[in-house]
Amino acid sequence: MTKAIILLLLMSCLACSSPSENIDSHSDSHIDSNNHAQTEPSLYQEMGEKPALDNIIDNLINIIGQDDVVFSHFAQSNVTRFKDQLTVFLCHLADGPCQYKGDSMKDIHQGMYINKNEFNHFVELFIEAMDNADISYPIQNKLLARLAPLRKTIIKI
Amino acid sequence: MPMNKISPLLYGCFLALCSANCSAEGKILATPGVSQIEGSGGGGIVPWAQLAGYATEESISVSAACSRVTVKDFSLDSCAVQANLYDTIELSYAKQSFEVTPLKLNLKQNIIGAKINLFGDLVYSTMPQVSLGIQSKRLKTSDVAFSLGAKKDTGTDVYIAASKLHLGFINGYNWLWNVTARHTKSNQLGLLGFGGAHEKKKIQLEVSSAILLNRHLALGVEFRQKPDNLNLGEDHWKDIFIAWFPNKHLSVTLAYVDLGSIAAIDKQTGWYLSTMWYL
Repeated sequence: MTKAIILLLLMSCLACSSPSENIDSHSDSHIDSNNHAQTEPSLYQEMGEKPALDNIIDNLINIIGQDDVVFSHFAQSNVTRFKDQLTVFLCHLADGPCQYKGDSMKDIHQGMYINKNEFNHFVELFIEAMDNADISYPIQNKLLARLAPLRKTIIKI
Repeated sequence: MPMNKISPLLYGCFLALCSANCSAEGKILATPGVSQIEGSGGGGIVPWAQLAGYATEESISVSAACSRVTVKDFSLDSCAVQANLYDTIELSYAKQSFEVTPLKLNLKQNIIGAKINLFGDLVYSTMPQVSLGIQSKRLKTSDVAFSLGAKKDTGTDVYIAASKLHLGFINGYNWLWNVTARHTKSNQLGLLGFGGAHEKKKIQLEVSSAILLNRHLALGVEFRQKPDNLNLGEDHWKDIFIAWFPNKHLSVTLAYVDLGSIAAIDKQTGWYLSTMWYL
């Protein structure tokens, strides 16, 4: 019984502390990314830097082009612009040497009314793109963890 | 236990619902978990906050599962069906058949369950996903339960569950936890009736924790606190499980279980195997 309570407390401690840690490190990432780079590799470095990112995004564009569910949302997009902007966005998100100054996720997706099914489907396409670029499962998860909080600024707007 | 024993009416309802929109593959693989032994979406022995199946707000999903627990002197067969309506309401129906090997006794119980998602999203919200559920149980073979001192042959468990999946939390691996608080008078799930002379504290805590080794494999542990209303030394349950999700239509779970003492017979450890199908 006592063991159970200790386990439970431990789990709830971890559970409460983790989201705030994630948010903190996320919002500070563009400020101290240089310091991090010297001590431990950034997620951008772990991923394999620009070549890996290019690879993921090329795969993603190919996959989107062949997908019935999400293609309609991209049909009007300028592929070159999409590619450039997404590269900088992900590079910035992964603490790489980039500053994303483009439109916010909210502005980009406003009026699209993307539902949860479509959103989750897109996540799976993105995972497929990372798989095809030989990004390891733990690195994929680390990147997804940084992308996940953005869902609320993307869906149903 | 074969699927055809499940009430045809209920089955018909599920099929009718399914024809509406059953291409539910909205959630990420493995995230809804499996069917627990009482038929609710969850782990093996603990109901989780997630609703069974891959439905999202825009879709309905139907799933079915059968499991077998074999320990030293007992075995439990259980089959269940679940409907997930727009990832807001889960309805479930389970049949359990419990074999008391030394006495050649068979005990049967049916469980109707419902779960409602109160708030939160397992993967995407900062808050955990939180759900409220009930399991309404009817023991069909009540003689043994009454002879052991149980007060009733029907009972309703009410639980509140919180679950969260933390992406990349442990060195890049996804970590899932669930905590459930259950109000119950069930003796050994209800297979030995409900209530008894030693009823005391009624809220029981249940926890699960799992790590996803890759997209298809989850490894975890569970703990389920149980009351000892009959003063037979009913123990808390523990298991360690591995679940395999080859695709969004199938999962297979294998667990090593420690059920402690059942009906005053000690050291009931053994294996749990469950298969779940998702439409």
